[in-house]
Amino acid sequence: MTRFAISAAYMAVLYAFIFLPVAVLVLFSFQDGRFPIPPFQGFTLKWHLEVLSDEELMVALRNSLLVAFGSSALALALGFLAARGLATSELPLARTIRAALTAPLSVSYLVIGLGLLASLNLAGVGLSLWTVAIGHVVINAPLCFAICTAAIGPAQQQAERAARDLGAGEWAVMRFVTAPMIMPALVAAFLLSVTFSWDEFIIAFLLSRFDVTLPVEIWSLLRSGLNPKTNAVGSLVFLISALAFLAFELSARRR
Amino acid sequence: MSLRIEDRERRRAWALLAPAVLWTAVFFLLPFAIMAAMSLWQKTDDGIERTWSLVNYMTLFGNPTYIEALFNSLEITLIVTLLSILLAYPLAWIIAEEVPERYRRLALVLAVVPFWTSYIVRSYAWSLVLAKQGVLNTALEGIGLPTLDISNSRAAIVLGFTHFFTMLLTLTIYASLTQLPPNLRRAAADLGAGPWATFRHVILPLTAPGIAVGAFLSFALCIGDYVTPQILGGGNDLALPQLIMLQLGRRADLPMVAALSIVLMAVVTLAYLVVARFMKVAR
Amino acid sequence: MTARIDIAGITRRYGDALALSGVSLTIEAGEYCVLLGPSGCGKTTLLNIIGGFADPTGGRLTIGGRDMVGVPAAKRPTTTVFQDYALFPHMTLIDNVGFGLRMRGIGRAARNAKAQEMLYLVGLKGADRKKPSELSGGQRQRVALARALAVDPDVLLLDEPLGALDLNLRRSMQEELKAIQRRVGATFVHVTHDQEEAMAIADRIVVMNAGKIEDQGPPERVYREPATRFVAAFLGETNFVPATVRQGRLHSPLGDLGLTTAPEETALTVCVRPEHVGPGRGAPGRVKVIETVFQGVHRRVRVAPEAAPDLHLQALLPVGMDAAPGDTLDLRIDTSHVTLLPAGTA
Repeated sequence: MTRFAISAAYMAVLYAFIFLPVAVLVLFSFQDGRFPIPPFQGFTLKWHLEVLSDEELMVALRNSLLVAFGSSALALALGFLAARGLATSELPLARTIRAALTAPLSVSYLVIGLGLLASLNLAGVGLSLWTVAIGHVVINAPLCFAICTAAIGPAQQQAERAARDLGAGEWAVMRFVTAPMIMPALVAAFLLSVTFSWDEFIIAFLLSRFDVTLPVEIWSLLRSGLNPKTNAVGSLVFLISALAFLAFELSARRR
Repeated sequence: MSLRIEDRERRRAWALLAPAVLWTAVFFLLPFAIMAAMSLWQKTDDGIERTWSLVNYMTLFGNPTYIEALFNSLEITLIVTLLSILLAYPLAWIIAEEVPERYRRLALVLAVVPFWTSYIVRSYAWSLVLAKQGVLNTALEGIGLPTLDISNSRAAIVLGFTHFFTMLLTLTIYASLTQLPPNLRRAAADLGAGPWATFRHVILPLTAPGIAVGAFLSFALCIGDYVTPQILGGGNDLALPQLIMLQLGRRADLPMVAALSIVLMAVVTLAYLVVARFMKVAR
Repeated sequence: MTARIDIAGITRRYGDALALSGVSLTIEAGEYCVLLGPSGCGKTTLLNIIGGFADPTGGRLTIGGRDMVGVPAAKRPTTTVFQDYALFPHMTLIDNVGFGLRMRGIGRAARNAKAQEMLYLVGLKGADRKKPSELSGGQRQRVALARALAVDPDVLLLDEPLGALDLNLRRSMQEELKAIQRRVGATFVHVTHDQEEAMAIADRIVVMNAGKIEDQGPPERVYREPATRFVAAFLGETNFVPATVRQGRLHSPLGDLGLTTAPEETALTVCVRPEHVGPGRGAPGRVKVIETVFQGVHRRVRVAPEAAPDLHLQALLPVGMDAAPGDTLDLRIDTSHVTLLPAGTA
């Protein structure tokens, strides 16, 4: 066998492995029967329609979007401001602060969630979408901080200096110079945060109570075992994420 | 005389930092400290007793269930990490080296498509594939092979994890492969190295840090994950996160949960130190 | 439109290091002043202090009579042309140049008109809608200049503004800078380490070294009569010849270097420019050529005088005069152009 054939065969096998679960998931979301397992009994959209008319799932979807966009906006604001603060001046504790701000990146979500749960418990704070959002800001702010820090280089600092020299106040510097200059990084940081929050389960599970996000709602669906409806939810989530990614990819290419 | 302009600049820097620093302190460092403290307290029938002792840790390390869970987690994580590297490296290599340049990005995006399914749904999808009468067994039967009964087992967990981390590692290894200087291979060949020698002595050492970072990422994400073992493992040999959630859900034993979390973190930190040391040696 | 700058006893400390130690300097309104010195001499620190990007540790600074210490850059009558231009890459040229006016709350029509005028002034007419990335290095430099001038500063600060340009472009920009300065009338303070640039452009050269001012004055004066050995060596090449005064004449190892009014028996260093060593009879007399370099307008030679073979001299000879290593020549120092410094000064 030629080298090319070996490579092609290897690629084919790995792609099959990678695609297998997604293909099975999507295929059996159209299953005209009670179980999402072979044989395939015919094509129907009833499970998808059932998902779309499921009140609880739709509320969870709305909650997820709220938490994802809200927490990402806050995470981006915190991360962007902190990145600027560390970039513009030489502070004595800069290294320590940088380490502290990025520390949550290296801790398991489970541990972060449990720590917050124990603390909220001790402080007597009730669980809600707010506490979920707090948890998601904790995991996403370091990410935004790291991305903004990487994007703010000497070019931005020089431009900011020039802007200040020409009479710009702090707000004007940020609005007219820094933010537009690192816009691609800001967009990337925000979208990445949204993705992470949108898909995050364990923190949302630990820190929510009555109002839950979509992954938590899906989790409770799993209790009903193998079910084409779960396939349909999964497929729809996949569709939304893939479309969002496609839109991002296209906008990035246009730039 | 004070340095007034620079003072102002420093004050402004602190003002910009303050929200993030406060947030991290209140919602990350403080909870961590509380958890550390709590791990030294005890659960009683009517709440938490705040006396300091190592009882939780002693129970933890004296109880075979806990030790087993820790070793289950470590075992799964190590197998998964190793398997994923072995599967991902050739794929990343093929994409970086043999796929024509214009299809490279497409090949890469396709290799991570399942990222866009929800992380819970991914595990659920594997349980569909591996179910007793699922796709895999139907296919095996169809070609006359014996069926595999691996749903709800250690093998299913490993498979589910390996699927995810193969994608992740393909990305990180691909990134480190494309960062190699293009003339490196030519130089090695010029000096008489065959393809295998070039790989063994040039490419592999240079991509080792990329592999190490990916491996650490896989390790940390894998050992702290509750969802995959819970969905695919069927509640047999518990992994550490499952045990933690069990303590939380069934017994509401927050001090014990805290102690287990600290142990989990210690393991991840240890892995980080190993990787950091390895990277220093590699450089 | 223009303002005088008074710097009195300015000191700046970074930890233990003294970047400026007691610098005093007056720059007249409308003057083109060049701060010249090697890297690390404190010239950029001084510029940053004038521009409001750094504070002095001690001393006074007034611009147009107003105390400036502690006033941030935005509130000073100064603007800066930065070394790497620091243009805003996401804005068109007209928005770049109009930025300062926008910050002053001036409406779009008015600031565009002014920005256009400024782009015209720096020779970039019709490029309003371009982005900085579409420009060459020299053009970016002009935009940075236009942007800084658009707000009508009293004082324009230029931090190595020509450093990134190639030689030809630098020469033509020097002339243009000077012309623009005459047009707008503002006080220009320009930092450079290039002594030819400094001499070509300055009304006043301030030579700095190790955080101190070594000399200041019109270029010709500073070049012809350097105040210190450092200045003599930094501004072009100089031969240093030790000498002693006896009976009103300079005695050196090279021979008699002419009359002097310096007190008897003082030890001096005589500074001799290579262009003042030429063919003729007198000190140092017979010399042996060690090395020659043909430089087009003249021939540079290094020679060892017979009177003092260790005291090598650099000389610029007419190209028509043949000199090869090993030849002997008769050379003479034009004693009317030498500068005397106390011996042993740095």
